[in-house]
Amino acid sequence: MKRLTFPFDEQTVRGLRAGDAVSITGRIYTGRDRFHKWFADGRPIPVCFRDGALYHCGPVVVRDEAAAGGWRVVAAGPTTSVRENPYEPDFIAATGVRIIIGKGGMDERTLAAMREHGCVYVQAVGGAGALYAASVARVAGVSLVSEFGAAEAVWHFDVADFRGVVAMDAHGRSLFADVAAVSERRLASSRRKCYTDGIRSSAGR
Amino acid sequence: MSLIERIVELIRETSSSLPEDVLRALRGALRRERAGSSASVVLGTILDNCALAAKRGVPLCQDTGMLVFFVHESLRRRVTPVLLGRAVALATERGYLRRNTIDPVSGKSFDDNCAEGVPAVRYCDRPGVTLIMKGGGSENMSRQYSLPDSSLGAGRDLEGVRRCLLDAVVRAQGYGCAPGVLGVCIGGDRAAGYEVAKEQLLRPLDAAGASEDPRLRALERRVLREANSLGIGPMGLGGGTTLLGVRVAARPRVPASFFVTVAYMCWAARRRTMMP
Ligand code: SF4
Repeated sequence: MKRLTFPFDEQTVRGLRAGDAVSITGRIYTGRDRFHKWFADGRPIPVCFRDGALYHCGPVVVRDEAAAGGWRVVAAGPTTSVRENPYEPDFIAATGVRIIIGKGGMDERTLAAMREHGCVYVQAVGGAGALYAASVARVAGVSLVSEFGAAEAVWHFDVADFRGVVAMDAHGRSLFADVAAVSERRLASSRRKCYTDGIRSSAGR
Repeated sequence: MSLIERIVELIRETSSSLPEDVLRALRGALRRERAGSSASVVLGTILDNCALAAKRGVPLCQDTGMLVFFVHESLRRRVTPVLLGRAVALATERGYLRRNTIDPVSGKSFDDNCAEGVPAVRYCDRPGVTLIMKGGGSENMSRQYSLPDSSLGAGRDLEGVRRCLLDAVVRAQGYGCAPGVLGVCIGGDRAAGYEVAKEQLLRPLDAAGASEDPRLRALERRVLREANSLGIGPMGLGGGTTLLGVRVAARPRVPASFFVTVAYMCWAARRRTMMP
């Protein structure tokens, strides 16, 4: 497990390889559909992403005066990243973000932008909302909550031991593409093996 | 405890704790994956998440899914759809379920998770009250084949069925939150196919849940083994655990059609039974 601590410098990030398990500690910011659209419309970005991390996540956060920062995170699992494909290459170029966290991976254009600017994509475990909520040690703040509502806002999370796997690295390699290619190939070869002990019914009538 | 409170409790438990057989399958998979590999990190994260959710009694996945209640015939008058709806509304109010029900025409949310046909209720001969919760990401990976299918080289026999099942696994990759479970129906009409396939997800993953028909049992085992050698792995990041189980049933068909229906369930295979 590689430990990454905010700020995430370019050299460290470029040193990561697809398949590396990582544990992230420090500041990360959430941002999903409405935030990306906001950026694409040329509106000001409320926080600095340079050497930072962007998390595709629509958390469930509730007011709780007893919790650190006055907010309690109930669930904070990843959301599907493909919807941000149209915006992400420009976002990476404009902000200098080093880590994008989400699920399901992103497209070729984003992969190319990651290579050019030194950024990686970390796959978080889909569904593990309870565990990721527990890894948020403190909600340090929130931006654009009145514009977008809580699920789409930019939350400032201070996380500890947030776990994931580098699925797209800054060298142009994507685990998603590799795994898809391998599984297609093995599927094709499985078709050459045949099932012989089954019932063979007539081919329709 | 009143009946409605006991059903609210059933919802809370289903939402926060995986069945023991699913947990055992996940633990077994973790032991088989190489330490430090992405597969083992993903499985470890899933298991930690499940332990935490169970301890706190909170939803183990934020997508609390579509709820289907299977209720024994004899309980028809006590466990009514109205009662189940009220239990769902209460469970939503208490945070055991996410607001997860959308009107497809207006786009508005039914904030109490109650609407026409939701929660779904089926009266059947299964004892007690069984709840299954299936999330959208996995439901999107379910599919139906009509044999023969020339693109798969799949004819109307068990070899054809095997080809469909492996195709479904490759198409799903990790996107339905693998490792998953396949519920399968061979035959039936299109509607029965999806219904019966989903019902198979109620069968446990250990030996007790295997098909009684030796031909189908052999198919279940074979597809499980072959799917796990495709290299897709947990969350599609590679590895030897792509499926936790395969559960197949067959239903009569008409001569003209031969459907193979696959209900894909994610690792968050939430189901639970209570005896009222
Ligand atoms: S597919 Fe399953 S584990 Fe993944 S987000 Fe949906 S319900 Fe949760």
